[in-house]
Amino acid sequence: MSAAATTLRARVETRTLIVLVIALPVILWMASEIEMNLFMAFVLWALIVVRTVLHDNPVVVRGTVVALVVWAILLPFLQEEGGGFLEDATLALAYTSFALGLNIIVGFAGLLDLGYVAFFALGSLTAGWFMSGFFSGAGGGEGFSLLVGEPASTLPGIHMNFLLVIIIAVVITTIAGMLIGLPTLRLRGDYIAIVTLAFGEIIGRVVINGDEITIGGEKLTNGRQGITPVDKIDLPFLEPFQSLELRPWYFVALAIVVIALFVNYRLRDSRLGRAWIALREDEVAAASMGVPLVKTKLLAYGTGAAFGGVAGAFLASYLNTVNADQFAFSFSIFVLAMVILGGIGSIEGVVLGAIVLSFINNNLIPDVFNDYPSKIGLDFDLTELSFGIFGFLLVIMMVLRPQGLIPERRRKMELVEHIGTGATTGVGADEETPHEARA
Amino acid sequence: MALLEVTDVHTFYGNIEALKGVSLSVNEGEIVTLIGSNGAGKSTTLRSISGLTPPREGSIKFDGTEIGEIPPQEVVGMGIALSPEGRHVFPRMTVRENLDLGAYLRKDRDGIDRDRERVYALFPRLKERERQKAGTMSGGEQQMLAIGRALMPNPKLLLLDEPSMGIAPILVERIYETIAEINRQGTTILLVEQNANYALDVSKRGYVLETGTIALDDESPKLRTNPEVQKAYLGA
Repeated sequence: MSAAATTLRARVETRTLIVLVIALPVILWMASEIEMNLFMAFVLWALIVVRTVLHDNPVVVRGTVVALVVWAILLPFLQEEGGGFLEDATLALAYTSFALGLNIIVGFAGLLDLGYVAFFALGSLTAGWFMSGFFSGAGGGEGFSLLVGEPASTLPGIHMNFLLVIIIAVVITTIAGMLIGLPTLRLRGDYIAIVTLAFGEIIGRVVINGDEITIGGEKLTNGRQGITPVDKIDLPFLEPFQSLELRPWYFVALAIVVIALFVNYRLRDSRLGRAWIALREDEVAAASMGVPLVKTKLLAYGTGAAFGGVAGAFLASYLNTVNADQFAFSFSIFVLAMVILGGIGSIEGVVLGAIVLSFINNNLIPDVFNDYPSKIGLDFDLTELSFGIFGFLLVIMMVLRPQGLIPERRRKMELVEHIGTGATTGVGADEETPHEARA
Repeated sequence: MALLEVTDVHTFYGNIEALKGVSLSVNEGEIVTLIGSNGAGKSTTLRSISGLTPPREGSIKFDGTEIGEIPPQEVVGMGIALSPEGRHVFPRMTVRENLDLGAYLRKDRDGIDRDRERVYALFPRLKERERQKAGTMSGGEQQMLAIGRALMPNPKLLLLDEPSMGIAPILVERIYETIAEINRQGTTILLVEQNANYALDVSKRGYVLETGTIALDDESPKLRTNPEVQKAYLGA
């Protein structure tokens, strides 16, 4: 390492420090705008500083993840029970679960899935089927209920306990994920994207037109009218959830995210996780080393889909509706943008990307900045531009920090230290390319 | 009985028939080479054996078992490992991680450690670069890694696809010495090469592949002196 390299390193760190210092007032201002507790916002900033400065210390990195979970548990007690902030935070957590699921497919296994909305739709629909009055003929018109309390147990329709519904949603979405994965097995890259995109659209269309499909005299979905109301979550030993008491909802969403995080970390470091990464890096090599391609790919699709199903079922109950218009292509892109913004394949990055984009979408654009254009004499609301804003953010990210907010270890190597994918194929690329040795 | 017996294999890419009835055999302990020009079907032959592009017709027997239709991971499990053309190392993984992926199907920790040490003894350069990302190494080093990784499943038969491709001559020599050493240690090798000089030096027998069929087969020294082979492949 030369002296020039040392000064470069110092400069990068100085720049990072400046960003961190500027971030404090920005975070505090944002927090006050979105009605977040200022003390908690400050703690969050402090955690980010510790993590950024000591990013190469594994104990600190693991410690900050635990600290952030504790922070997230304490947060709702310092917020108003019915305030807008908790509402958006719960939504952000649900989106985090989606993003963590998609990250398994796109980030770990490298299969570009543009139809992730299919699993949101199926998860929500599962809740719509088994947690509402939708199947009014069930139980001879008297309704069928399983492990739920009053009043749901006395109403017509099928009313099952939320935990059971989650299990059913996991089963349905895992199978659906594998089925959608099947036709993509022989495809690569862009072609996978097109096929999955088509399946996402197909499922969205089926939900919209499902009121015309009847099975055994019952409609499949309620079409554009949507299925509403959906039962509130009713967990053992707890009072049934209420619409205006948001803390229990927040904790359920947080629990889903913590479980998703745990599974993500365990999978990443497992044998299967290594197989996914090998597959992503070089499919031919992975196959010739004995990685079973079909099984490995289908497991990625299935596991990734399951998280979408859980979050979908949760959202159906939380939003009190299964609204067919939500299941659009833009949702798939929105979740993919979270993964890319945060850092493809990086678990912490994806969580950050999901929370940031979710708050921008649900809070900053519609509530905080919405009337800014009219303040400077322009005649439109910012919400009309929201997808333009996301697109712009992605472009900015691709220019300034293509590896994502918190990059995955391996990709960081490639993009920051210019380690290419190597001269591995084709005759033209096969000259002796002496890279400088880095110990 | 031969260790590997390929009989009248036809392999297709879509509608294109890449192998039009290839037959060859490899006996235990041998190095057999397959030479031929670009597009003759050398790599396709190896891909057919390893299950990456299964043949449509014909039979491939390994150790007496038909393997023509079984998936690649089971072929690896039976003891055939391929070091693919163009190296295909995992660029963002370290040398060590690449080697460990080579042992993906194995669960015997001790055996894996022993084979890793064997690879390091064969290629001391890999030991030095254990923690380096494979994508940052030179072509020759990547080729060593690709061969080393293919040794990690502890195969009975090693398939090497163009180990000299795009590598500095001095390293090619070193790699060929090591290939001979791997064979001396007991691994049977089927070697595909465009660089016929080295391949015929190291091997005992050879096949010449032309547009999907075997045109010639003979002992390597005889192939070396065959005027047609000299003209077409040895640049005489």
